[in-house]
Amino acid sequence: MKTTVNFALIFLLSVTMAFAQEQQPANPLGLKKIPATDLKTLDGKTFNTAAIANEGKPVIISFWATWCKPCINELTTIADVYQDWQEETGVKLIAISIDDSKTSANVSPLVNGKNWDYEVYLDINSDFKRAMNVNLIPHTFVINGNNEIVWQHTSFSQGSELELINIVRKIAKGETLDAH
Amino acid sequence: MRYKIIFVLTFIVLGFFTFNSAQAQGFEKFLRNSQISGNFQFDGMYYNKDSLIGAPDVPQKVLMNAFANINYTNGPFSAGFRFENYLYALQGYDARYKGIGIPYRFVSFEKDKFTITVGNSYDQFGSGLVYRTWQDPALGFDNSLDGLNVKVNPWKGITIKGIWGKQRYYFDWGPGVVRGADAEFSINDIFTKLNDKALRVSIGGSFVSKYQEADDPVYKLPKNVAAYGGRASVSYKNFLFNGEYAHKINDPSTINNRIYKPGNATLLQFTYAKKGMGFYLAAIRTDNMSFKSDRNAEGNDLNINYIPSLAKQTTYSLPAIYTYGTQPNGEFGLQAQGIYTFKKKSKLGGKYGTTLALTYSRYNAIHKAPIDENTPIDSTGTLGYKSDFFKIGKNAYYENFNFEFSKKFSKTFKLIVDYFYIQYNSTVIEGHEMPNIHSHTAVVDMTFSINDKHAIRTELQHMYTKQGEGSWAFGLVEYTIAPKWFFSVSDMYNYGNSIAEKRLHYYNVATAFAVGSTRIALSYGRQRAGILCVGGVCRYVPAANGLMLSITSSF
Repeated sequence: MKTTVNFALIFLLSVTMAFAQEQQPANPLGLKKIPATDLKTLDGKTFNTAAIANEGKPVIISFWATWCKPCINELTTIADVYQDWQEETGVKLIAISIDDSKTSANVSPLVNGKNWDYEVYLDINSDFKRAMNVNLIPHTFVINGNNEIVWQHTSFSQGSELELINIVRKIAKGETLDAH
Repeated sequence: MRYKIIFVLTFIVLGFFTFNSAQAQGFEKFLRNSQISGNFQFDGMYYNKDSLIGAPDVPQKVLMNAFANINYTNGPFSAGFRFENYLYALQGYDARYKGIGIPYRFVSFEKDKFTITVGNSYDQFGSGLVYRTWQDPALGFDNSLDGLNVKVNPWKGITIKGIWGKQRYYFDWGPGVVRGADAEFSINDIFTKLNDKALRVSIGGSFVSKYQEADDPVYKLPKNVAAYGGRASVSYKNFLFNGEYAHKINDPSTINNRIYKPGNATLLQFTYAKKGMGFYLAAIRTDNMSFKSDRNAEGNDLNINYIPSLAKQTTYSLPAIYTYGTQPNGEFGLQAQGIYTFKKKSKLGGKYGTTLALTYSRYNAIHKAPIDENTPIDSTGTLGYKSDFFKIGKNAYYENFNFEFSKKFSKTFKLIVDYFYIQYNSTVIEGHEMPNIHSHTAVVDMTFSINDKHAIRTELQHMYTKQGEGSWAFGLVEYTIAPKWFFSVSDMYNYGNSIAEKRLHYYNVATAFAVGSTRIALSYGRQRAGILCVGGVCRYVPAANGLMLSITSSF
């Protein structure tokens, strides 16, 4: 037990030291790039998140699952206005399903059945969820043209989509956000 | 042992920092590429004694679960750990979650088509029938493998994985060693000619073996137990088919009453999907397929494999009272689901479209016959039973029929209506003698938007049943001010209980505040005793009355 605590302290200390020597603003506490993780497409191909791109325009990444009511509520709400959002800001929504092998085969019928036009990937063993530090879903990120996370929010309530599109508009115009 | 690993990890991490700091320019670049991220969750509860609902007196008064993940990445290198804290664990979590510790830490790097991870890892082979390590804090479930995890892509379309280690067991390790390998071949990616063909095929195979000492005075127990499986996935245009078969050699254990019968599992899934409609059909048959790295382990402890549950999972409170839990010794299940959306501006679709969904799922026992006339089924030390693969057992475990209608009528009004028929075999699923439950539940879920930010959502639910605790009624009103505030009041009323004193109200008042990735929730009320299931894995949640505070955040 003691050793594990020691380990944590040494780890934290070494990290702090590394920051202390920092001369100019560097990345660790600034914007984070999205980590590279393998996902599956709905037809079984492998897709690495390093390949997420939208020609320099913003991307929304939304973590969801077929058994998560508020998630489906969020994606259904956005689906109604998605075309308008795309025309206005060029944004692309990537929906990451964390359904495991119990329900992952159900994702494609649901996405199609609901008529969603999103890019959908399967994160069957939650690797990307862990790498993105997602605890609860729905959890939504906004990514800028450099694949950096500029905003995130957990939970959904009716009307939250308006804040989301406001953030996307700012990013699309190249404005910066207040730190979150 | 643990000492050693920790030191090695620490040195690797320190090594990266010191090595780079030696070169000023390199260091600057190193810092630019350095990223630290993490998350945190705290759940604490103050308990009131409530003898009416059966909530016990909690001697500590307040209990808590908390964890924090810290991850560091720098290009191909990453490292991380999770700090966990149970002082003491919330009611319903295993009491062996006790104290403070770092039960999860890893270092990983990618080089020359290899990804090598030392320390704890989560991974799965195929759909998990022979190997899956995963974690879910809500269930208190974590079977991570501490040891080695190596992944290599020697050629485009080919992925080979190897694992070797011991599994996490609360703040310790399980006694068995787990070793395994998996290979997956995506045929269309391997052969350039086939890259753009509509027909896509991939196949895979895995082998996992566990080793555990054995010195039983009576039985000769296998020290090494192997499980292996094969799988194929075929897609063509809108069709997709997945099939997987797994086999396990004899593995007498506490779960299977120490029988020597080999185990097997078969999972078949078929989907058809095109814009506006989706169809899904799946079947699973498992026979003595519990696979644990300790033959004496019980419950969800030290699972090496994962048996997916095909029973429909719902988040509505009343139908969720009767949720199916996977039966490790054998089950036959199937699920069919269809979903269809009537287009916007069509006659039935209206302005915004209308979605209909139908789901049917059913679980039965597998067929079991005695091995001979003198040996009862499942006798310890024998081959247990004979099972005909194509015969379905008579005992019904679970049945669920669900119909859902959802429609947005206007900018300010949305409606979801659900009907559930559930048949539930509590004797098998919960393990205590009780008549089978037959229940009918209706749910009306309405959302009214007052303006852009303010909305009211109501849920009315009614469950009719003569068995178990009888009929229930449920009402919920939720008021939200997007995106930050959430308020709700709900009551679950067991008005149909045959015992008059047990016709109780389970009221709850909750509020939550969410800003960015941080969410703080506070609730007060009663929690019914029951089984909480996620993904076929369940835990018992005892009755509780009290004040709950949850904080979650990530950075």
